[in-house]
Amino acid sequence: MKKRFYLTYPKELIKEPLIYQVGKLYNVITNIRQATVSDNIGLVAIELDGESGDIEKALNYFAEKGVKVEPIELDVVE
Amino acid sequence: MSYVKGLKCRECGKEYPKEPLHVCEYCFGPLEVNYDYEKIKRAVSRDIISKRQPNMWRYRELLPIDGEPAVGFDVGYTPLIRAKNLAKALGVKELYLKNDAVNYPTLSFKDRVVAVAISKALEFDFKVVACASTGNLANSVAANAAACGMESYVFIPYDLEQTKILGTLVYGTNLVAIKGNYDEVNRLCSEIAGKYGWAFVNINIRPYYAEGSKAFGYEIAEQMGWKLPKHIVVPMAGGSLITKIWKAFKEFHKLGLIDNLGTKVYGAQATGCAPITTAVKEGAELIKPVKPNTIAKSLAIGNPADGFYAARVMRESGGWGEDVSDEEIIESIRLLAETEGIFTETAGGVTLGVTRKLIEQGRIPRDESIVVSITGNGLKTQEALAGRLTVSMTIDAKLSDFDELLKKQNKVYDAKD
Repeated sequence: MKKRFYLTYPKELIKEPLIYQVGKLYNVITNIRQATVSDNIGLVAIELDGESGDIEKALNYFAEKGVKVEPIELDVVE
Repeated sequence: MSYVKGLKCRECGKEYPKEPLHVCEYCFGPLEVNYDYEKIKRAVSRDIISKRQPNMWRYRELLPIDGEPAVGFDVGYTPLIRAKNLAKALGVKELYLKNDAVNYPTLSFKDRVVAVAISKALEFDFKVVACASTGNLANSVAANAAACGMESYVFIPYDLEQTKILGTLVYGTNLVAIKGNYDEVNRLCSEIAGKYGWAFVNINIRPYYAEGSKAFGYEIAEQMGWKLPKHIVVPMAGGSLITKIWKAFKEFHKLGLIDNLGTKVYGAQATGCAPITTAVKEGAELIKPVKPNTIAKSLAIGNPADGFYAARVMRESGGWGEDVSDEEIIESIRLLAETEGIFTETAGGVTLGVTRKLIEQGRIPRDESIVVSITGNGLKTQEALAGRLTVSMTIDAKLSDFDELLKKQNKVYDAKD
C-alpha cells in the first residue's frame, strides 16, 4: 500500500539520514516528491510504499526521533 | 452552465479534470479550481450582480458549482457595518465590520464554504458528507446536511466541550468522538477520508469548499460601492480565508468589476497559536508548526494547510501579520460588544485585537479605510468570558433598594412626576 505524508524536521535533525534509515530498517520504499530545507526547519512531502505494519513502524521511528509526521493535507481538524 | 475548466496544482501547475481530487499526484501540492475567466467576463457585470438576490450565490459564476446550489440558499450577503463608535474608540476615520457572526444558518463564515462543498458533493453524486472539526465547521456541516437530507459524519476529539457537541448533535448527525491526541485524531480523519467514498468537505472536496470563502471578499467590494478598502484584517486558522479574500479581490479586478487593487491584507492570530504571523515577522518562507495554547479554539491550528500561501498574500499585498494575547482577545470582544452591539466569538476578538495593535504600531494609518473581518458568533464561545463578567448590581425586590443603588452610584434621573 502507498501512503502520503508530510514530515517536519526540527533544526537538530535536518542532517540526519532518517529517510534512508526507515527504508533500510522497515523495508518501505521511500519516494520524496517535494522538499524544502531552511536554516531551522526541514519539510518533506513523501510517499511510503510497503506493508501496512511496516509503514506504521516507519512512522513510529520518525516520531520517536522527533520528526513530526502528518497527513499530506496537514491539519484537517478545523 | 459551467465556468470551471478543472483543477490546477498550486505548486507545479499540473492540470486535472473537475473531479473530487485535492492533491497533485506529482508534487503532492494542493489543487485549486481553475476558472474560465474570459467566459465569466462575458456573463457578469455590476448591474447583473446588483439585481440578484442578497445571498452569496449572486456571484455564482465565480463559485465552483455547475448547477443550482443544493443547500444554503440564504447564505452570505451579511452586513458590512460602518462602525462609527468603534472608530472613535480606536481613533480612526473610516472603519467597517464585515459581520459573518450573523451568517445563515449557523452563525459563522463556515456556512459559505460548506454550502459550496455540499452542493458540489451532490453534483459528484456523493451520498455521505463528513468533516473533522472542533466547532464552527462541525455545526455547519451537520446543519446543512440535515437541510438537504444528506447523511453526515462529524469527527471530533473526545474531550471537546459539551456545549460545542450539543450545537452539532442537535442536527441529527453521526457524531464520532475520537480518543487520542490532536495528531492521532488528525491522522485518523485523513485515513477515513482516504478509505471511504465520502465527501470529506475539508479534505477531498477542499479545492471546491475553500472557494466559498471568496464570497466574503466579493461582498465587501460590492457593499463598499464596487471598490476595495485600503486595509483588511482577517483571522487565520488554516490560512485559507485570507488567501481566498485576496483571490476574490484580484478576480473582481481582473473582471473589471472594480477599478483598483490597492488593499493591504493583514493576518491575525492568537499569540498562543501563531505559526503564520511568526513566519511573516521573521521573514521565513516556511511555516514552523506549533502546539496551540489559546482560548481562540477556532483558530487553534498548529500546522496550517494554507499557512505558506497566507504568508505570501500578506507579503504580496504589502500587509503584515500580528498576534494578540488571550487577555487582549477578551478586551477586544468586550470593546466590540460595548461600542457596536456585536458579540463576536474569540476569533473576532483576535481580529479586532490585532487591528488595534496594527493601528497603534502605525502599520495601519488612522485616516484610511479599514475592514475588520468578524467570522463567528460570540454565543458559541461564551466560556471564554466565564468569570470575566459578573452581575454587580443585586438588590431585593423593593423600589427603595433600587433608589439607594442609583444614589450609591451617583446617578441622577428625573422621576416622572
